[in-house]
Amino acid sequence: MTASGWLQIAVFVLVIFALTRPLGAYLHRVFEGDRQPLPRVLGRVERGLLRLCGLRAPAEQTWVQYAVSMLVFSVLGLLVTYVIQRAQGVLPLNPQHLAGVPAPLAFNTASSFATNTNWQAYVPETTMSNLTQMAGLAWHNFTSAAVGIGVALVVARGLTRQPGPDGNRGVGNFYVDLIRGLVYVLVPMSAVVALVLVSQGVVQTLDASHAVTTLEGGKQVLALGPVASQEAIKMLGTNGGGFFNANSAHPFENPSALTNLLEMVLIFAIPAALTYTYGRMARDQRQGWVLFAAMSVLFLAGVAVCYWAEAHPNAALHDLQIASAPGNLEGKEVRFGVANSALFATVTTDASCGAVNAMHDSFTPLGGMVPMVNISLGEVVFGGVGAGLYGILVFVVLTVFIAGLMVGRTPEYLGKKIEGREMKLAMLYILVFPLIILGLTAWAAVASYGTSSLNNAGPHGLSELLYAFISGAGNNGSAFAGLNANTDWWNVVLGLTMLAGRFLMIVPALAIGGAMLRKKTVIPGPGTFPTTGWLFAALLVAVIVIVGALTFFPALSLGPVVEHFQAQHGEVM
Amino acid sequence: MTTTGTTLLVALRATLVTLVLTGLLYPLAITGAAQLGFSDRANGSLVVDPHGQEVGSELIGQAFTAGVYVHGRPSANGYDASSSGGTNLSTTSAKLRDGTADDPATPEVDESFAGARQLAEAFRRDNELAADAEVPVDAVTRSASGLDPHVSPEMALAQAPRIAAARRVDVTRVAAVIREQVLGRELGLLGEERVNVLAVNLALDRMFGATIRP
Repeated sequence: MTASGWLQIAVFVLVIFALTRPLGAYLHRVFEGDRQPLPRVLGRVERGLLRLCGLRAPAEQTWVQYAVSMLVFSVLGLLVTYVIQRAQGVLPLNPQHLAGVPAPLAFNTASSFATNTNWQAYVPETTMSNLTQMAGLAWHNFTSAAVGIGVALVVARGLTRQPGPDGNRGVGNFYVDLIRGLVYVLVPMSAVVALVLVSQGVVQTLDASHAVTTLEGGKQVLALGPVASQEAIKMLGTNGGGFFNANSAHPFENPSALTNLLEMVLIFAIPAALTYTYGRMARDQRQGWVLFAAMSVLFLAGVAVCYWAEAHPNAALHDLQIASAPGNLEGKEVRFGVANSALFATVTTDASCGAVNAMHDSFTPLGGMVPMVNISLGEVVFGGVGAGLYGILVFVVLTVFIAGLMVGRTPEYLGKKIEGREMKLAMLYILVFPLIILGLTAWAAVASYGTSSLNNAGPHGLSELLYAFISGAGNNGSAFAGLNANTDWWNVVLGLTMLAGRFLMIVPALAIGGAMLRKKTVIPGPGTFPTTGWLFAALLVAVIVIVGALTFFPALSLGPVVEHFQAQHGEVM
Repeated sequence: MTTTGTTLLVALRATLVTLVLTGLLYPLAITGAAQLGFSDRANGSLVVDPHGQEVGSELIGQAFTAGVYVHGRPSANGYDASSSGGTNLSTTSAKLRDGTADDPATPEVDESFAGARQLAEAFRRDNELAADAEVPVDAVTRSASGLDPHVSPEMALAQAPRIAAARRVDVTRVAAVIREQVLGRELGLLGEERVNVLAVNLALDRMFGATIRP
């Protein structure tokens, strides 16, 4: 580890901290304000688009109506992307004349992008036409992120709003949240960022390739495409689906350390800001900052372990007289080095982004365990756009409940009582996740069609399986990419995993929002457990870590932990 | 309240509206703006040699094997820029360490893979280093993209004696060219020190004459 490496990590943290308040306040104005920004321009666009959707005066919805709108919209989007992939051979903007995508892969990819996962079982350069990338995939990068923000808002509204006189005020309107997310936030920010990325070398053209003769007289075909426009929303929407196979390690996606910093900042920008937005909604900024603090603690722990581990030499190179000071450079780019690769890996898995600027499969065992642990904790460390906030609010409900049990009082949060229904929903949300992951990993580990896709043997092979399901259910999309996931079994099972990991968790989250909305606020008494301050932050961190550790520690010990001891003894297999 | 029909209709219209806005208008507008404002960058940052010939992209590594050039890192895809990716081999991989030989039973597929051991030996042999000399780590590890355009200053400088011998010039002059091409951290802070392999080789050609291309 070097001082320069830590300094670069510190710069990243400071930028995020500085952005949280202004961006959070802006988001509050957009979604909860009485008057949205730039009413003459963006306000007209918003109303115009809503009218095009057939909504002249969109009404507030109940949580059930909101959930139905969200599900119908997501399923339609999934179907459209499936059809675009299957039909890309006869559709325009296909300069490589690529054929239609096979059905299982098209299902997997459509599920992957509709759920904000961006798991990629395909090699983009040789599978997806420009039209598919733009209209089939990047489209979902926008909408799935906007959906995530909407779900977070519903949970936050449920916790912070007072019930109306009839006791049943709405949780917001799905389409208003969706269109506002696009018009005021995701599209304008992506447009600016895309052009900045182009100025730094990210390509943006409708040509698919350009051939050159190299200095030594060889022929090199450079894959090109409309990359920057997709890159911007890929990071800002915590999607992570690369235009190229190597994702943000590809120089045309991420050409320099400067773009690398920008891309990492984009991943955390909205999730961090939403904690501030939440504080505004709760009319107590400390309620937001306490979430920010808990997230920061978990983030710093992750990045410290990952950087420390990757600064060690690769065990496979031991005894070969290789310079050890730079650390583990297998699967890493020289321009990023170890510090920026470890930081990127931590950020992309704390959030549900899943973009990579280095190959996690070639990380040291403990360095590669950090991304797995981050996703296993539920991606609540800033987390996905929206998904991070609703995820951590579920953990807050659980924490308040446990604190209530300790002192023997009915738990309250923001003056609202947490009761049996909310706890059942919270537990459903928390249990669905490990059930999918551990159950399916076990299946894959004993089936020939599961293990035949492995690229590495022994404990690391188990890690490849485990990572795939953690990433799928967590809607992350990063991978131990040696795994050949483009087989019928993997495509179908992981496609279903991603759908379950998204919608079986969103619906309980929305239900919690709906249930909490109906409750009247009671004045806090002397026995009320305060949910601001360091004691609550520490308790929240402890609950997240304990739930994650109890569920995943056995599986992780069989994978990365065993591999670590193997590597320590210089064993190879 | 809304019926099933209107729910579906609104969802369908929203699907089309967002698809056209974010899936077509947005990327096409960005493409137009990028082509107008930054056409060099938007089309791949192509590099032109003194004869006006395109010789590659500043950002994409290419394979160098001639003795007169600085060589890049080993690549999982042989610097085929129509694809990208790393080895994805783990720290406990025997293949990563010791490599694999070509299987004679399958003559149509080349299974041979140079492990770190073979790559280190080759680097020492090519550059006439002692058998126990320490080899720069980027010379025996493959990048994430397979298209890494850079090497560390250490790896570039370790090749100076071989380049000097091949070009029949003094090694200090070659080293001086390489040192001049070392790129610092961006904004003095971000990333790592590195040498762009294509840029340094063009600089070597400028200084000592092009040797391969007319």
